[in-house]
This record gives sequence, C-alpha cells and structure tokens, in this order.
Amino acid sequence: MTLDLSRWQFGITTIFHFMFVPLTIGLALLLAIMQTAAYRTRDDMAAHEKWNHMTRFWRRLFLINFAIGVVTGIVQEFQFGMNWSLYSRYVGSVFGAPLAIEGLLAFFLESTFLGIWIFGKGRVSARVHLASIWLVSVGTMLSALFILAANAWMQHPVGYKVVGNRAVMTNFWAVMTNSTLVGSFLHVLFSALVTSALLILGVSAWHLLKDQRAREAHQPVFAASAKLALVVGSVAIVATMFFGDNQARVMERQQPMKMAAAEAIYNTQDGASFSLLTIGDLSGNPIFQIRLPHLLSVLADNSWNGPVQGINQIQAKEVAKSGPGSYEPILWVTYWTFRIMVGCGIVMLGLLAAGLWLMRRRRLERSAWFLRLSVLAIALPFVANTTGWIFTEMGRQPWVVYGLLKTSQAVSHIGTGYVVTTLVGFTAIYSLLAAIDFGLMTRYARGGDRVDEPGDDHEREPGTDQAPALIY
Amino acid sequence: MALTLASAAPAHSGLEVFWFIIIAILWAGYFVLEGFDFGIGILLAILGRDDLDRRVLINTIGPVWDGNEVWLLVAGGATFAAFPDWYATLFSGFYLPLFLILAALIFRGVAFEFRAKRTLPAWRLAWDHAIFWGSLIPALLWGVAFANILRGVPISRHFTYLGSFFNLLNPYALLGGVTTLLLFALHGAVFACLKTTDDIRRRASRAARVLAPATTAAVVAFLAWTYLNAHNAHDTGLVPPLVPILAIASIAVVEWLLRERLDGWAFVATAVGLICLVATIFLNLYPRVMVSSISPAYDLTIANAASAPYTLKVMTVVALIFTPLVLVYQGWSYWVFRARVARPAQPGPANGLGPEAPTLAASAATSDPAPAPPGQGGTS
Repeated sequence: MTLDLSRWQFGITTIFHFMFVPLTIGLALLLAIMQTAAYRTRDDMAAHEKWNHMTRFWRRLFLINFAIGVVTGIVQEFQFGMNWSLYSRYVGSVFGAPLAIEGLLAFFLESTFLGIWIFGKGRVSARVHLASIWLVSVGTMLSALFILAANAWMQHPVGYKVVGNRAVMTNFWAVMTNSTLVGSFLHVLFSALVTSALLILGVSAWHLLKDQRAREAHQPVFAASAKLALVVGSVAIVATMFFGDNQARVMERQQPMKMAAAEAIYNTQDGASFSLLTIGDLSGNPIFQIRLPHLLSVLADNSWNGPVQGINQIQAKEVAKSGPGSYEPILWVTYWTFRIMVGCGIVMLGLLAAGLWLMRRRRLERSAWFLRLSVLAIALPFVANTTGWIFTEMGRQPWVVYGLLKTSQAVSHIGTGYVVTTLVGFTAIYSLLAAIDFGLMTRYARGGDRVDEPGDDHEREPGTDQAPALIY
Repeated sequence: MALTLASAAPAHSGLEVFWFIIIAILWAGYFVLEGFDFGIGILLAILGRDDLDRRVLINTIGPVWDGNEVWLLVAGGATFAAFPDWYATLFSGFYLPLFLILAALIFRGVAFEFRAKRTLPAWRLAWDHAIFWGSLIPALLWGVAFANILRGVPISRHFTYLGSFFNLLNPYALLGGVTTLLLFALHGAVFACLKTTDDIRRRASRAARVLAPATTAAVVAFLAWTYLNAHNAHDTGLVPPLVPILAIASIAVVEWLLRERLDGWAFVATAVGLICLVATIFLNLYPRVMVSSISPAYDLTIANAASAPYTLKVMTVVALIFTPLVLVYQGWSYWVFRARVARPAQPGPANGLGPEAPTLAASAATSDPAPAPPGQGGTS
C-alpha cells in the first residue's frame, strides 16, 4: 500500500513539476535570444523597440511559470529521502552526486542571475543585464543535464560497482557520459524548445486572430513572435524526433523490455511492423489495428529486417538472470503513452511545417485556420512531455534502477497514514497552484500590450544609491 | 563510542570530516541567509501596515530570496551524496514535518511572484498570508528538527526511524523551534533596519529591540537545556564552550547595538549568533550525524553513514572549484542590491528616489492588467 501510494505521489509530483520545467528551459533561451536581438539593434529604433517589447511580454509568462518550477523542484529533491529512503541508501553514492552538483552549479546560477535579471535593470549595465538572462538559460540547461544524468543512470547504470548492499560510484566521467544521457538530454532540451515555441506561437496566434476579428492592424510584436516561434519550433521538433529515434535504438539495446512493451510485441520477430493503433486486446487478439510494415525494425535496429525482441523471450531471460517474478511493465500504459507522445510530435511537425510554408508565402498573419489550430496546439507539447516521461519511467518497471534494484525494494518503511496525508496534501496543493497558474497565465497572455508590470517602465540610469523599484 | 566507530572504519579517507563541515557550513549559510527572508516574511504581519509597506518589505528580499533557498537544496543534495544514510533516515523519519516545511516553502515561493500580478486587495492579502505562514512554519520547524537530531530520536539498528510524528514534538524540540523562530524574526527585523527607510525602518528597529531580549532568553534556555542533555548523557557538556557562549553574547548585545544605531553591527551580531547556534549543534553532534535514543550503537556517524570514498573525492573536487565562484557571484548580487528600498509615496531627500518616484505608486495602482472578463483570470 505504501509502495503504491508513494509511486502515485512520485508520479504526480514529477509530472506536475515537469509541466513547468520545459517551458522554463525553452523560454529562458528564447528570451535570451530576444534580448540579444534588442541589444544588437539598439541603434535601430523600430527594431529595438520590437525586440524589447517581445522580451517584456514573454518574460511575464516566463516568470509566472518559473516560480512554480522552483518550488516544486524542492519537493522533487527531498522526496527521494522521504518516500524512497531504501533507494536513497542504495544509490546515494552514485545518484546523489549529480543532484548535489546540480544544486551547486545550476540552481545558484539560475536563482542569483534571475534576481539580477528581474530587479537589476538600471542597476547593472545593459550588457550585464543581457548576460544575466544567458546565465539563467545556461543554469536551466545545466540543471537538466545533471538531473538527466541521474535519471540516465537509473535507466542504464554505468560507472559503479556493487559493494555489500549498495551501488558505489567508481567512475564519475562514465556517469556523465552515459550513452543513455546523450540522447535523453538532447531529446529533453529540444522538446523544451518545442514547448516554449508552441506556447509563443499559440498565444501570438490568439492575438493575431483577435486583431483580425476586430479589423485592427495586427500587433507587430505578435507577428514577429509567431515567426520566431515557427523557425525555432521547426528546428527543435525535427531535432527532438531525431534524438527520440536515437533513444529508441539505445533502448532496444539497453532495455529491450521497454521497447517490446511500447509495441506490445509478445514474440521476437524479424522485420517487425510498427503498430500505429490497436483497438481491443493488446495481447494478440485485437479487434482492429493498423500496422506499418518493417517500421519497428527500422526504428529499433536501423535495418529493414532487423530483429526486435519480444516480451515472452525477454521475460524468460530476465527470470534466468534476476530470479522469478514478472518483468513486464503495464502494457496498456507503455503502449498508449508511447503512441500519444509520438502522435503529438507528428501533429506538431505537420503544424509547424504548414506554418513555415504560410510564412514563406507571407500569409501567416491572415490564415485564420492555421492561427486557430496554433492556439489549440499549445496543449500538444505538454501532453507529449507528460506521456513521454510516463512511458520512460513506467516502461522501466519493475525496476527503479534497471537490472539492479526493484521499485518494491526502494520504498521507505513509513506508515500508510503518513503517505496518504502527504499524497492528499501535495495533490491538493498542486491542483490549487495549477488553477492559479492557469488563470494568471491566460490573463497575462491575453493582456497583450495592455498588461503592464510594475517596474517595467522604470529604466533608470545605472546608478548606485537609487532605491530599487518595487517589482514585487 | 561513536568516536571509536569512526576510527575503526579503515576504508575511509578523512573526507567525511570535510563533508560534515561543508554540510554544517551550508546549514549555517542557509540559516543566516534565508533566516532574514523568514524574518521579513513573519514581520510582514507586524511591520507592514498597508500594501505599500508590505511591498517595500518583500522587495528588500525580492532579488535574493531564491538564491538563499538554494543553500537548503545544496545542503540536501550534499547530504544525499556524501551521507546517503543520513539523508535517508532524516528525510523519511521526519516525514510529516518535512511535508509541512515543503508545503510552506511552496506557497511562500510562489507568493513572492504571484502577489504582484494582481492588485485585487483580497488577492494580495491571501498571498501575504502565504508569505507569513510560509515563513513562520519553516522557521519553527527547522529548530524542532535540529533539536531532535541532537537530542536523539528512536532509530533502529537498520537506521530506520521508529517514532511517530508526535515523538518529534517534545518540549526540548519545541523550545528549539521557538528559538529559531525568534532568531529568524530578530534577524529579519535587523535586516529590515538596514534595508528600509523612514517610518518602516523605525518600526523595524522598535520590533527588533522588543524581540531581542526574548530571543536572548530563548537562546540561553535552549543552550542551557542542550548543555544539560549532553551532561546527562555523560558527555563533557557543550564543547568547545566558547561557541555557545559566543552565540548567547552576540544575541544579547543586539539590543544595545540597535540603541546605539549600529544597525550594521547588529546584523553582524544576529548572523554570528545564528552561525554559533548551528556550530554548537554540529560540534556536539560530531562525529555523529543523527543520535539514536535507543542505543548509542545505533547512532548514525560520519563513518557509518558516509558515501564511498570515491564519491567524496569527486564531490570535493567539484566543490573546491565551484564554491568560490558561487560565493563571488552571490556576494556580488548582494552588492548590486545594496540600496535601501523606500516607500515611493513619501518623496524626500532621505529616500534616494529618482524623478520617477511618483509614478511608482501610480504603477503599483495600475499594475493590474486590463480587467479580465468575469470568471476568468486567477482563482480569486
């Protein structure tokens, strides 16, 4: 009972946290790019004003979002010790190190320079102010790198040996250059860019549509934002898919069960087809299904007729290696989350490609159908991010550290009542925050030019003893 | 007993001591830095007579509170990596208090950012409450937690906490909680003296001078009880005695310093008081990291709770390279924001406001975005 409740709590906390993180990573970089453009065009009034305006508008959404990412990150770091203390004892020597280093290298950088960026305008030079958002962006990426290094180790443990009843690090470099990490880091990084690009695109589209309906001239800041989002988003979605595909091959080698579970393939086969969707039973008697021939072999093995291992064969191998028990993840979860993630990715790719084409034809601002779809598409990356994580974490079950430690052996021995209390408590807090955040984000996203943030318009000469503006 | 355990473990490299010290420093840094953030949050209820007052107070810590909180995250991460068993026993054992602390920190953290996003009085008031309770609860519970760590809690031979939530609420621990609560409030009040002007500054100074004697009494009582606990456990008492004495002396002198208008020195004194309190706790823990009330044999020590020597070595290299860098830029950010925060509605030569002063108040009043249609925007 404690185990299941703790798993729910971990899942809910992590998914909620990761609603905000990709947007933070992506928007920080895009804001850094916008502010750089503003800085470099400071001799050209019109361009400078446009980029400045963009920076001011999107930074509000960034900051609302950032706050929740920070506070849920604290829970993220403490919950290993709280609910997964046996895990923490077992892996602390390996897993704890990237976490501690993340704090030292990334969190200090992010938080300190975010403070400079929010409050420092006019107190530091324009150049230092620009550098501060770049440092925030670097901080968010470093944070992703270290936490994914920790996660990659759970997916594919390297650079360790087992001494007594714990895993002990033997090679930090191996942990940081884990073959699983390369693909997952870039996949996450580019998907974060996709997430923020689609938010910018969708919000800009909403404003362009509104102006169109009111027969007003569109606001240049939103046309420009939409174009930037289209370009960045298109590059990023292709890169996300490329590194996702790369991960599929790594997965087939390192966690064949996850690959088989993603596809609900029961028996090893050559030239495996890719199941597009299945209605009915996943275990071999579907009511209806669509399959694309050979595609799975191509994905998993990079060859037309390559072998893809099946669940039954892998299960037998695992039993031989790790003892009796079921080594199957929950199939419908892995099968459907994988499909939803990939499906969202393909829809986003199509949308962004259409947008690029419209942009080239200079019809972007007037194309109502595209703008309407773009508003709806804001949800897609969030769905893809969430299902992607559910897939990769649930697909690793029953292991918490693949091949080393089972989730059931990792949980703290704490009273069920305590876990119920915190599960209810955290869920209530997250729901409340989600509602407030959604309200604020929509409000500020809709506000457009008319929203003014206190402190925004008080650019002062860099001075020393002037009172800071009241920003909060 | 614990000492022999430490020296009996042959495979250890001496880096455990180093990491024990690092973690003590991280907690001391956290108490000093987030201590005044908590204090400001608590004093919001007393010093902040209107919205503008409260904004002034919040803005004194606005640019730095997040960086201050990272000290906690790094302390947690360092404990995880350097002493996995300490991290596991502490966090799973003190489960509910930690949940309360996390919940408090969540609301408090978003409150800073969200509060200014709407001008609705009810909205702002709700977030003021979040900041107040979100500061008060951790300020109290950190003291409760550390008092329990030092006093000892039921820990089994497998390093598992066997007590319940209510074991943690013993009188000694509660006194520890009241002590940190008062210390943080006093520290925050002195910080407010340094960072505000005019009326708020006067009120902050008065509040600090009222808090100072009570805080001194709490520190004396807590350290005396700690001494008795140690004495009864047949230890030598508090060692070295200079540290707790210095903790008491520096808090005792705050009232006088404030009366002499030596606000800067008063802040140094509260900071030294906090550092010496943390130092007293860690010095008397050493070489234990958590005391078992069941048997000294079950104590977690820097030897039996430590990570692998290789991990400690890697962490040491990383810490030695990056800690100075972090200290430099975090220190620099304090330098950037060294100016006092003034109430914009009171123009005057003393508050150092630029020509834009009047519009600040105006922007505060109009910062609410275009009215959203009913039923949308926020959860108010």
